[in-house]
Amino acid sequence: MTDTTQKAAVEVIPAAPVPAPPSRRTRVWRGVTPWLFLIAPLALLVTFTYAPLLNMVAYSFTDWDGVSPVLHYTGAENYQEVFTRPDLFEVFWVSGYYLAASVVQIVLALYFATVLSFNVRFRNFFKGVLFFPYLINGVAIGFVFLYFFQDGGTLDSVLSLIGVKTDHAWLGTPGSANTSLAAVSVWRYLGLNFVLFLGAIQSVPGELYEAAELDGANRWHQFRHIIAPGIKPVLTLTVILSISGSLSVFEIPYIMTGGATGTETFVIQTVNLAFRFNKTGLASAAAIVLLLIILLVTWVQRRLVPDDKVDLV
Amino acid sequence: MNRRTVLAMAVGAALLIPGCTGTGGSSQGADAKAAGDPSKVSGTIKVLTVRTDLVQDGTLKKYAAEFNKTYPKVKVEFEGITDYESEVKIRMNTENYGDVLLIPAVIKKSDYPRFFASLGTQQEREKKYRFTDFTAVGGKVYGQSPVAVSPGFVYNKRIWKEAGVTQWPTTPAEFVADLKAIKAKTDAIPYYTNFSAGWTLSSWTSVDGAVTCDSKATDKLAEGDPWAKGADLRVGDQLLYDIVHEGLIEKDPTTSNWEESKPRTAKGEIATQWLGTWAIVQFQDAAKKAGVNPDDIGFMPFPAQTGGKFCATIGPDYNQAVNVHSKYKEAARAWIDWFTDKSTYVEDNLALPPLKDAPLPSVLKPYEDQGVKFIELDDTQGAKVKQIDNESEVGIFAPEYRQKLVDLARGARKGSLDDFLADLSRRWTDSRKNLGS
Repeated sequence: MTDTTQKAAVEVIPAAPVPAPPSRRTRVWRGVTPWLFLIAPLALLVTFTYAPLLNMVAYSFTDWDGVSPVLHYTGAENYQEVFTRPDLFEVFWVSGYYLAASVVQIVLALYFATVLSFNVRFRNFFKGVLFFPYLINGVAIGFVFLYFFQDGGTLDSVLSLIGVKTDHAWLGTPGSANTSLAAVSVWRYLGLNFVLFLGAIQSVPGELYEAAELDGANRWHQFRHIIAPGIKPVLTLTVILSISGSLSVFEIPYIMTGGATGTETFVIQTVNLAFRFNKTGLASAAAIVLLLIILLVTWVQRRLVPDDKVDLV
Repeated sequence: MNRRTVLAMAVGAALLIPGCTGTGGSSQGADAKAAGDPSKVSGTIKVLTVRTDLVQDGTLKKYAAEFNKTYPKVKVEFEGITDYESEVKIRMNTENYGDVLLIPAVIKKSDYPRFFASLGTQQEREKKYRFTDFTAVGGKVYGQSPVAVSPGFVYNKRIWKEAGVTQWPTTPAEFVADLKAIKAKTDAIPYYTNFSAGWTLSSWTSVDGAVTCDSKATDKLAEGDPWAKGADLRVGDQLLYDIVHEGLIEKDPTTSNWEESKPRTAKGEIATQWLGTWAIVQFQDAAKKAGVNPDDIGFMPFPAQTGGKFCATIGPDYNQAVNVHSKYKEAARAWIDWFTDKSTYVEDNLALPPLKDAPLPSVLKPYEDQGVKFIELDDTQGAKVKQIDNESEVGIFAPEYRQKLVDLARGARKGSLDDFLADLSRRWTDSRKNLGS
C-alpha cells in the first residue's frame, strides 16, 4: 500500500514543477478549440443578424416593394426622403412615455434588488415573482393585457373591488393609452433589470456590509456608499439599454393597439411603410436611420459616463 | 495581419455573400390549361386559403372528396393561413407558394404574369364569369374568385324593429336618426366599429360606388379627388364620423373584439355593423351557437338612393390563381374551375355567385323586393388606385386613416373633419400628379 503511493508520487514529481512546452499540434488545437465552440453561435449570429442587416442596407438604396422581382437602384433618395419628412420623426414623442417608464422601472428594480439581496423572508419566491413576466412571450403579454384594460376588464374589476368605480377607457386617449402600454412594458422588463442588479449587488463582498454595520451605517448608508458605486457599470448598462429600448418599442403597442390612438412608435411606422404601403426601400432606410440614432445615443452616453473600474476597497 | 484582422475579414466576407436577392421569372407567361379528360389529370396540389375554419372543421376535405369524383387522380391538400397577406407575400419571394393560392392584394397587377399561370383570355372568360377585368393583364386572365361579395350593413332585425324602424334608411342623415332611436329605445349598441380589428374600418372604402351608383367609381378614385364634396368616400367617411361623433358606438372602441361581436350582434347586444354579404353566414352560425334566431340577422345597403333606388356594388372576393412554378398546373386549374363552377361553396356561404347566369342567394330576397340595383365595379384603374394609395401613404385599404377618423370623431384626437379630409385629398392628388396622370 505505502509502496504504491510512493511510487506514484515519485513518478508524478518530475512533471509537476516544470511542465514541458506543449507540442505544436497541441498549441494549434488550443487556438482552435474556442472557435469550434463558437461556430454555432457565430453562424447563427451572422445568418440572423448581420446578413439580414446587410440585406437591409442594400434594400435601403432601392425602390423595392417587398415582393416584386424587379427593383431599381435609387441612390440616396430614400435617405433624403426620410430626412426631409418631419412627420416621420414626430412619432418619437411617444418614446417619451417609455423613457419616463424606464426611469420608474430602474428605480423599482433597484429597490427590489436591494431589498431582496438582504435576508428577507420568502426572498427566493419574490425573486421568482419579479422575474417571471420576462419569461412570457411578448405576444401573449399583449393579448393578456388587452383583456386587462378592456371596458369592464380585469383592471376595472380589481379597482371596483377596492371601491374605486372607474369608467375609464384605458386605451381610449393617446395619453392614457401610452401610459398604459408603458406600464405593461415596465411590468415585462422589470424582471430583467432586477436580475441584473441583483447579480451585481451579490458580487459585492459581504464583509463590506458587516464592516459598515459595525461602523453604524444604516441600510440607506449601505446603499448609498456600497451598493450604488459597486453596481455602477451595470447601472450604466441598464440605462443605455432602457434608452435604446424606448426608442425602438414595438411589440407591445403593435399587438395591443396596432399603433392606433397616437401609440404609433417609430418601428411600427417603419413596419407600416414596408408592409402596408409596400415601400420596403424607404422602410429599410428608416430602420437604418433608427439604428444610427441608437448607436449615436449610446456613444454619447458612453462619453458622458465613462466605463471606469469599480474599486470598493 | 494579426488574428483580429483575419477575423474581421472573415466576418466581412461572410456578410457579403448573401447580399443578393431576386428570383428570375423563367416560367413567366405560362398557361394553366383547362383539363381535357378529367380522368387523366393527376398530381398532388396544395391549396392555400384564408379559411382556416373550413380547414379545421374538415369542410374543405369534403369539397376535395367531391372533386375527386370527377378528378380521381388529383390529390388536394389544404393549408389554412391566418395572417395570409403578410405570410404569403414573403413566401412569394421563393417559388414555393402552393399550387393554387389566393392572389394577395400587395401583388402589382403588372407582376401577375411573373407569379401566376394564365387561366385563358379575357374575351373568352367574360362570357361565363364576372369580374374578369380584376385580374386581366394584357388580355389574359390570371385569377378567378369563387364568390362575389357585396358590402352592406349586417344588422339585427329584431332590434331595429324594437326601435320602431321598419324601412331601410334612404339617406345618411336618416341612418344616424335611426341609430339614435335604437340608442334611445333599446339596450343595444347602435353601431359597433370593431376599431381594434382594423380591417373592419378599412372596409368602409367599399362604400365606393354604392353612394352615387356609379360602376366607374374606381376610375374616379384614380382620376379625381375621393374626398371632394359629394364623392363616395367622403359621404361614407362623413357618415362614419357622424355615427361616432353622436356617441352611437361601443363605449371603448380601442378594446373591441371581432369574434365577440358576432354572437353579440346575433343576440341583439349590437344592432349594426358595416361588413359584407360574406359575413351573413358567420353571424347566422353565431346565432345558432348562441341559441337565438338566425333569421334576426338582416342585411341592408348603404343609405343612399339614386333615382329612387338603392345601389349595391358587387365585387370579387380573393381571386384564386395557379402558381406559375407549379408542377401540376392542369390539376391546379381543374380545382379552380371545379370549385368555381361545380362546388356548393357559393350556396354554403349564402354568397353571390361569380357565374353570370346563376341566381342570387335567398338572404338577398329583401334586396330583390326593394329593387336594389346591383352594379359591377369596373376595375380598369384598380392597379392605379393601389399605386396612388401606396405612394401617398393614405391607406384607403389600410385601417390607420379610419382609426384616426374615429379618434377624431370621439375627441381622442384634435382637429376638424374638414381639415382631416382636406389633408387626405391633398396627399392623394399630389401623389396622383407625381405618378403622372
